[in-house]
Amino acid sequence: MSHNCIYSAADFKSDQEVKWCPGCGDHAVLSSMQGALARIATEDGVPKEKFAVISGIGCSSRFPYYVKTYGFHGIHGRAAAIATGVKTANPELNVWVATGDGDSLAIGGNHFIHAVRRNVDLTMMLFNNEIYGLTKGQYSPTTKIGKITKTSPFGTFEKPFKPGELAIGAGGTFFARSVDAEVALTTELLVAGSRHRGMAVIEALVNCVIFNDKTHAPYVGDKATRAENTILLKHGEKMIYGAARDKGLVFDGEKLRVVRLSEGGWSYETGGGETRSVSEDDILVHDAHAANPMIHFLLAGMTYPEYPVALGIIRQVDALAYDAEVARQVEDARASAKIENVDGLLASGSTWSVAE
Amino acid sequence: MNEQKIKQVSDVVIRFSGDSGDGMQLTGTLFSDAAAVLGNGISTFPDFPAEIRAPHGSIAGVSGFQVHIGSGRVTTPGDYCDALVAMNPAALRANAKWLKRDATVIIDGDSFVERDIQKAGFVTDDPIAELGLTDHNIVMTGITSMTRDALEGLGLDNKSVVKCKNMFALGICFYLYNKPLEHTFEYIERKFGKKAPTIAQANILALKAGYNYSANNHIFANTYDVAPAKPAPGTYRTINGNQAVAWGFIAASEKSGRPLFCGSYPITPATVILEELAKRRDLGVKTVQAEDEIAGICTSIGAAFAGNFAVTTTSGPGLSLKSEAMGLAVMTELPLVVVDVQRGGPSTGLPTKTEQSDLLQALYGRNGEAPMVVIAASTPSDCFHYAFWAGKIALERMTPVLLLTDGFIANGSEPWRIPSMSDYPAITPPVISEAPGEQYFCYDRDPSAGARTWAIPGTPGLEHRIGGLEKDKRIGCVSHDPKNHQTMTELRAAKIARVADCIPTQEVIGSDEGDLLVVGWGGTKGHLQSAVDAMREEGKKVSLCHFNWINPLPRGVEEIFAKFKKIVVCELNMGQFAGYLRMNLPEFRYEQYNKVQGLPFTVDELVHHFETILK
Repeated sequence: MSHNCIYSAADFKSDQEVKWCPGCGDHAVLSSMQGALARIATEDGVPKEKFAVISGIGCSSRFPYYVKTYGFHGIHGRAAAIATGVKTANPELNVWVATGDGDSLAIGGNHFIHAVRRNVDLTMMLFNNEIYGLTKGQYSPTTKIGKITKTSPFGTFEKPFKPGELAIGAGGTFFARSVDAEVALTTELLVAGSRHRGMAVIEALVNCVIFNDKTHAPYVGDKATRAENTILLKHGEKMIYGAARDKGLVFDGEKLRVVRLSEGGWSYETGGGETRSVSEDDILVHDAHAANPMIHFLLAGMTYPEYPVALGIIRQVDALAYDAEVARQVEDARASAKIENVDGLLASGSTWSVAE
Repeated sequence: MNEQKIKQVSDVVIRFSGDSGDGMQLTGTLFSDAAAVLGNGISTFPDFPAEIRAPHGSIAGVSGFQVHIGSGRVTTPGDYCDALVAMNPAALRANAKWLKRDATVIIDGDSFVERDIQKAGFVTDDPIAELGLTDHNIVMTGITSMTRDALEGLGLDNKSVVKCKNMFALGICFYLYNKPLEHTFEYIERKFGKKAPTIAQANILALKAGYNYSANNHIFANTYDVAPAKPAPGTYRTINGNQAVAWGFIAASEKSGRPLFCGSYPITPATVILEELAKRRDLGVKTVQAEDEIAGICTSIGAAFAGNFAVTTTSGPGLSLKSEAMGLAVMTELPLVVVDVQRGGPSTGLPTKTEQSDLLQALYGRNGEAPMVVIAASTPSDCFHYAFWAGKIALERMTPVLLLTDGFIANGSEPWRIPSMSDYPAITPPVISEAPGEQYFCYDRDPSAGARTWAIPGTPGLEHRIGGLEKDKRIGCVSHDPKNHQTMTELRAAKIARVADCIPTQEVIGSDEGDLLVVGWGGTKGHLQSAVDAMREEGKKVSLCHFNWINPLPRGVEEIFAKFKKIVVCELNMGQFAGYLRMNLPEFRYEQYNKVQGLPFTVDELVHHFETILK
């Protein structure tokens, strides 16, 4: 039935006016997501009514109103918990979560780590603009050290979270990162995340044009910058980047090192001013499916300017999904049930009868 | 056994007490189950410390279980006890104040050694004299040492042997009250028979040894018999309030055809509801043990959005944490039942003790105008009934409902004549499968009940968005229009008020006019009714008006109140319901009787107070 349906992004546009600021990075992610839904609906035969988009509070959490599916705009921080309920109650739904750095890493941090730990089959779009936008410009748990905001007039000194480190540390099975401007990449990652069985966290680096303009610009500001300061990870491919493919990553036994290609071959500088040569074979090959999360953790934590910022799927491993396990237990228990209904339940165990 | 020694009595109260590791909760439960099976009315009251194992032998570590058995129906666990089992000096000291003047006190003499006597806070080496228990029938005997003797040769380690001393004490009580041992044998076999046959044998031997010791040594001048009255025909079981709530929800799920979902976080004294539901995967129940109280209710709200009958369970501090999310359920107009098993507050308060602590929080503890239906159960078994009705109203009226119980009825148990599900009404939630017109508007309402329709995700053509922002009354999209907010606020209030159309008219117990009307709500019903019954037997013109439906109030309340000279509102708080009545029915004058000691009322104190009012 649904195999024959061909959907386009337009099928997932609601009639509500999109009210984000002009120039906000969220617009691009919305397009990417509507494209991703159309692809999943068409390619995987998921009918439109099976999608549900759940959000918390914040600019990005207005998302459900703009997507023409079932949608639920929750309360601050609780999107992951609400979505856990939706998916567990009805595992047939294709459930998405739209949330931000304040929503999921501050007030909702607990729900975030536990949804990740349980591996609930959700696709989470984590919009990271490193600021509280809807409350007009206070620092968030991902704001860079030193940033002056309305609540940090002398600069923040709080060490920021890296969402990927948090997700992988919590036992996450899928973590990917994209940039608002890379619409096609975001779509691709969202499709992969949705197809992943379990919790997929896709961090989108988005620009808040009003309160934190250009926070990601030094590494993703334009195409040329992105080429030199980010690395697009692909499973099975060598970690080489740069327009001239002259930079790469190696692991020296202790930490990741950026190696550069010069006439003398690949090398990196150690802290002591010494240059150390490596062979091309030493350059890491990305294994997104490795059970051991150590390299994924290091990749997710790479920070400009010491490192390129990692984009693409950083980690993707198989594990049992929470909602499916609950459903399996119900099915198993029902198959061997001695108690079949409430009358049977009430009469179970120790009872006694009083005759007429 | 000497038949001549048996005295017939109409009811007795027995309190089992010991260290929190002594197994007194089980001992009390087995005694009350044995009596219930024979047809006695029972009511029980577990009274345990907040600590799992407080320091051995200390007052803080005393765990008690009181059971009241009677010939007919028993409505309270009794104020004062006819018999006390005290397994150590601390148990005796903690419970001496609950003894009737001529009570029998069964003491494990092995524990009355200097160290334990001092630990219990006695200043002399004679606890009996120090407590002034001169008129009492003291039976001090070596329960531990005789248990050890009885189990010699089984090859059990000392710890396992000593653990059986509660069965020896239970055997003594079965002898004293002429109850057969068979029911307890069956329990022991069921519990240990297969996995630990030696332990089963040890428990049975200890039980028999206690019974035979009492018979052979004539340690009691009399034994007692509480003859069972013939209850209504049917199948019976004992049930506690938490189990009854869980089962009531499962019943509502079955009747509505909506799968049951419970997102919840462990909290005393509500946890057993989650545990009972977690067992019932066989009936399709899904439980999520959430990461916190907020996630408990939020997973349930998500499940309600997805089309399940969703419930969440908690106690006072957890209810505070759930406040914001309850507002979300009010705003999104989704069916949800929140159970609050009340305990002593504020803050962590008295986690294991009862109190009618949260009425005002239940009614008003949310931001904005956020009315919810509030229902209170009043006995362990009627928790089933009210949980069912909470589900019916939530599902049919598309609203969150708050069900209040308390630690007393949640942990207390009583015999229950098992109902047939065919006696319960259908539940018909307003689920729709296609749009009535060209387009679906999710806030379209049934004009009489005021409930919106429930379009379940997965239904083609009914895609819609809801959330915590105010919605347009017609098309359901976000609206900040001032007049629309006024209208929506009124519509939400009217929807709750109209629940009064489908609940029973308020009843009065006793004459419908008189000198004093006793007013109560929730779990105090047994005590209030016993007090009123006792006074009516003496010819006093006292009646009881007990509330289970709190918001909205049932119809017919004014008519009842108007026919009494005085009204006294009795609560285990400082007057929350009295204040609510003053606000809703300001034309009457309300006196108050309040108690916040973590304990139920005693019938004695109620009667005394009512007599003072009547003077």
